[in-house]
Amino acid sequence: MTSSPPPDFSEKSGPPASTGVRPPASTGRSGQSSLKGNSRLGDSVFFGLSAGSGILLLVIMAAIAGFLLFRSGIAISKDHTNFLTTFGWDPDNILKPSFGIAVLAFGTIVSAAIAMLIAVPIATGIALFISHYAPRRIAQPFAYLVDLLAAVPSIIYGLWGALFLVPHLNGLMSWLNEYLGWTYIFKTTDPGAPARSLFTVGILLAIMVLPIITAVSREVFRQVPRAHEEAALALGATRWEMIRTAVLPFGRPGIISASMLGLGRALGETIAVATVLSSSSVLSLHILDAGGGTFAQNIALKFGEAGPLGKDALMAAGMVLFVITLLVNGAARLIIARRKEYSGANA
Amino acid sequence: MTTAPSVADRTPVPQLNHTLTAARLPRWAPAGVAALSIVLGCAIGAGAGLASHLQWGLLAALLFVAISFGLAARVEGVRQAKDRIATSLIWVAFILAVIPLVSLMVYTIQQGAGVVNGDFLTHSMRGVVASSGPGGGIYHALLGTLQQIGLATAIAAPIGLLTAVYLVEYGRGPLAKIVTFFVDVMTGIPSIVAGLFILSVWNIGLGFQYSGFSGSLALAILMMPVVVRSTEEMLKLVPNELREASYALGVPKWKTILRIVLPTAIGGITTGVMLAIARIAGETAPVMMLVGVWDSINSNPFVGPQESLPVFIWQQYSQVNNQYGYARAWGAALVLIALVMGLNLIARGIASWRSPKAGR
Repeated sequence: MTSSPPPDFSEKSGPPASTGVRPPASTGRSGQSSLKGNSRLGDSVFFGLSAGSGILLLVIMAAIAGFLLFRSGIAISKDHTNFLTTFGWDPDNILKPSFGIAVLAFGTIVSAAIAMLIAVPIATGIALFISHYAPRRIAQPFAYLVDLLAAVPSIIYGLWGALFLVPHLNGLMSWLNEYLGWTYIFKTTDPGAPARSLFTVGILLAIMVLPIITAVSREVFRQVPRAHEEAALALGATRWEMIRTAVLPFGRPGIISASMLGLGRALGETIAVATVLSSSSVLSLHILDAGGGTFAQNIALKFGEAGPLGKDALMAAGMVLFVITLLVNGAARLIIARRKEYSGANA
Repeated sequence: MTTAPSVADRTPVPQLNHTLTAARLPRWAPAGVAALSIVLGCAIGAGAGLASHLQWGLLAALLFVAISFGLAARVEGVRQAKDRIATSLIWVAFILAVIPLVSLMVYTIQQGAGVVNGDFLTHSMRGVVASSGPGGGIYHALLGTLQQIGLATAIAAPIGLLTAVYLVEYGRGPLAKIVTFFVDVMTGIPSIVAGLFILSVWNIGLGFQYSGFSGSLALAILMMPVVVRSTEEMLKLVPNELREASYALGVPKWKTILRIVLPTAIGGITTGVMLAIARIAGETAPVMMLVGVWDSINSNPFVGPQESLPVFIWQQYSQVNNQYGYARAWGAALVLIALVMGLNLIARGIASWRSPKAGR
């Protein structure tokens, strides 16, 4: 533990090392009291600055909540219909402004749920692949590639989704409709129409959140104590049994919180959804049919032509979204905090 | 003593083989089964006249799983068979993930490569009738994006850095815990919510108009928590011996932080900031809401609407919405992806070049 840092000090930080030597020399010249006074002032200024920025962050969070609440309060009080159960979105109607989040909440939850159903098992599989299955040669570059893909802007996912994924999903859609149409969920009322549905949005969101879920769960799987794995193998377990008995139980909180981080992202995704979904104020359980909407997508689309009350109404939708993501992310962080070593916030 | 030589020279003693080392499928078995199931899948697919090659592949994959399970269960036992199933499922997950991600990259490069050229990079859309033909470029959008992320970095990087210093160097007690928690939660704020917040305070509350600066305020909110988290990780890696050595020489704390701790971690901090920049460079929704859209060059980010690359893509896709618009959108997408990936690669390069090694 103690042998390595001193060389670190001398070779890595040349300039700091020399500054570290200089102060005693200047101490002799400038005198004890002035140095002390100086350093106290400097210390308190610096402490004030850094604590101040920490507090500033808290103030920003509080201000976001406060302003959105204030604005949405204005909007909801002018709403002539029930904000929670109304389907349509017509806040700029001068005579009878009416808007509600029923369709948006439904669409947001359904698309995020589809994304999670697809992404979580696959991401867990990829994380296991990187940490336990892949040959070293492949694992490292592949992990790197996954990290890079987390940085692809969502507008590009949206463009790809609208111009590449949608036409290519038509076959799958008609197959699902043909063989699973009896489930009601997979029934298509308008076969052959472009697949700009909540289901497609769910698939696109799954692809978008794969990298982050993979990155966080991979870090967790890497931290499984080697001794646990070797003990399982020594008792005669196959590799899969070792993973089931040693790796997955250790990594479960990590998988859960990674999924919730991904969920938070899927819930708040805006522009990719707006690009792919052809929205309408229809709440339909036929998830293959075009239509529906999500909170974020609705805000982005309706913002351009929104009047004063329209903007406030969008803030109300934003407030609901903010609260939902706050709860999801907060829960994820609380789970993650039980094991302090991995946080994944920088992934 | 008696078993060792017999195992070593592999004498074919069937009973011994069964009790000591259970029978195994030969090493080439997975490859063999894969080849067999691909042949079978193609045969059935062609025989039944299935049009889509995707269905052939699915058939082959199903056959592979079934045959290898059956074979392994017969020869090696059920536990080994389950192990083989798990292995093949995990490989399937890998392949399933690679297909869309690679397709995204390849398709963007394919579509965008023909559009991007010197003309495209150095001209704006001023005077170009976007819907009726090719032409025009992204210079105004590139300029706007660079100015906006520059301003956002100038706001977010110092605040994020100081917050991280507070958390690592001073942070004890409840305030630090609360800040840590809310920084984590703040990473998950949807970008559109940050946009709405700036809209309600800056534009509606204080009466400012569309400008690049109000966009950068929203981007700064999105960037701060990322900077805090990555800087925090880096500051934690600075060995404590360095700080103690500095204190022992009589250096005050603030000077120790400024001259010893931060320079040691500067590589990692730079990496974190650049990753955060890469993250906000592609933000569309808040920028569209706060900066507006504009088809000409506006080099003053404080007055008037500006264009930015993501908004340009969105505009060309959703408003122009024909082949010319799509072509320009793909060109801009390629430039944006190159920008983001370039930032990422540089950041990771810096990280591996001079990151403090964890004390071990």
